[in-house]
Amino acid sequence: MATTPFSTQLDQIFVLLRDWLVGYLPAAYRPAAGAVLGVLGIISVFPALFALTTVFERKGLGRMQNRFGPNRVGPYGFFQPVADGIKALIKEDVIPFRADGVVHFVAPIVLLVTVFMGFAVLPVGRNMVLADMDSGLLFFFAMGAATELSVFMAGWSSRNKYSLLGAMRGIAQMISYEVVLLLSAVSIVMIGGSLSLSKIVEAQNSYTGIFPHWYVFTPWGLAGFLMFGVAATAETNRCPFDLPEGESEIVAGYFTEYSGFKFAIFFIGEYLAMFSLSGMATTLFLGGWSAPLSILNFIPSWIWFFGKVMIFIFVFIWVRGTLPRLRQDQLMNFAWKFVLPLSLVNLIVTALWRFMGEGWLRWVVSTAILAAFYVLVGRASFRRKNIGLRSYRYAE
Amino acid sequence: MSVVFYLLAAMTIAGGLAAVLLKQLVHAALAVTVAFAGLALLYLDLDAQFAGFAQILVYIGAVTILIVFAILLTRSSDLPKEGVFSGTWAVGLMIAAGVFAVLGWAVLASVRVVPQQSPAPAVTVRDIGNALVGRYALPLEIVGLLLTAATVGAVIVAMHEKERPKG
Repeated sequence: MATTPFSTQLDQIFVLLRDWLVGYLPAAYRPAAGAVLGVLGIISVFPALFALTTVFERKGLGRMQNRFGPNRVGPYGFFQPVADGIKALIKEDVIPFRADGVVHFVAPIVLLVTVFMGFAVLPVGRNMVLADMDSGLLFFFAMGAATELSVFMAGWSSRNKYSLLGAMRGIAQMISYEVVLLLSAVSIVMIGGSLSLSKIVEAQNSYTGIFPHWYVFTPWGLAGFLMFGVAATAETNRCPFDLPEGESEIVAGYFTEYSGFKFAIFFIGEYLAMFSLSGMATTLFLGGWSAPLSILNFIPSWIWFFGKVMIFIFVFIWVRGTLPRLRQDQLMNFAWKFVLPLSLVNLIVTALWRFMGEGWLRWVVSTAILAAFYVLVGRASFRRKNIGLRSYRYAE
Repeated sequence: MSVVFYLLAAMTIAGGLAAVLLKQLVHAALAVTVAFAGLALLYLDLDAQFAGFAQILVYIGAVTILIVFAILLTRSSDLPKEGVFSGTWAVGLMIAAGVFAVLGWAVLASVRVVPQQSPAPAVTVRDIGNALVGRYALPLEIVGLLLTAATVGAVIVAMHEKERPKG
């Protein structure tokens, strides 16, 4: 221990802490106790991050909209989530008279459990992954697919037309963009040759000079990264894809009829899904916990991971403050007629990249194919839309 | 046979029975999900990670959602007045028993034909992938073609017919 440099110790501080705590137990119980500690870490760190994010989001949106945001509770309003949490806890839990009691009760639990399961395979730092599975990527997407069911359960069991409409919108949107999400992740698997997330990070954790070999710095990686980001925004029902819970149209969508802490659980679930998808995008395209420059490797790996995740969260908030909500037909057209074909082309480009060997030629070819496809399909679908100057009937 | 196996088997069978016996169609669909989840966990219990996760991804993530959508889009989710049980349930029971008997016979006979070689072959995802694009490439292509044909057919069935002038 004394021989390891300080930066390595800091890098592994949570692993060392876990080993030290587990060391007090007999050897037979150690693996189980280590797993329990890992789970405790996940279910304490990410909700804490959620509490912080709500403040940042409200203050950030306030800044973008020329107002203050929360500034009453604590210094600069930073204890607002505490007040919100207490409020959610002491509110009455209202269940509609005609609601389907069991399904109505189970829906938020299914959501929270499946969202938390996704974190199990995310490598949040060097040697810091709860379950290093051979097919971790598949596990992550399997859990993501299971959350759709909770959206349906919540919407259907409430016996409310707004809930049901929100659920239908939500499921249609999640299914459409999940295809894109999976396909853009497949190109990583094609290059890395592994479904294990820690191996994917390891493959990106090398440097040319001081610059890293992240997948986002390749043509197919950049395209995949952007598509993954769009699909992740849609999966988590964030603006501009927030049709399932558009306040001005269908109250709160599928969780209209939830109150008190169950409402808070849906709220938490949405943010946790944001964290886990941001973490997945970081792992797949941005090198996970590896440092952006080789000279910055002395900073602990977990700081890099959470830093990248928080940058994603900031972009989510930024986009929410900038873009208006899409219409349902625009949403579907965008998914099936633009992003999905582009992701299929990206698969072909990735295969070309894999088999063309080293050299500058593959950069030119793959960039050219992707750019040509992007421009041509984009132009074609724009022409069909007849988008021009808008004419106002009464305001001219 | 461990305790885990019996728990998962009980969960799967309970889910399947509930799917058949429940009156509310959406409840039945959700019960099928429980049965699917039980099957996936059984695969995981057998150390078949890929099969287990694929089961969750495909059956819980897609098939159940499809069933639910079909229920919601085709009829109101209220209970039908005349009951949900088919009048010919006895015949159905006989057919099911026959299928189960054939499957059971095949499984039991295979134990004698192929004796237990190694305790558990370690099959990684890489092996499955290599087998799919190598030895089993043709069946994979055929399944892909079949699915494409089914998709095209579904779109054609669902498409609005354009009014054609008769001539």
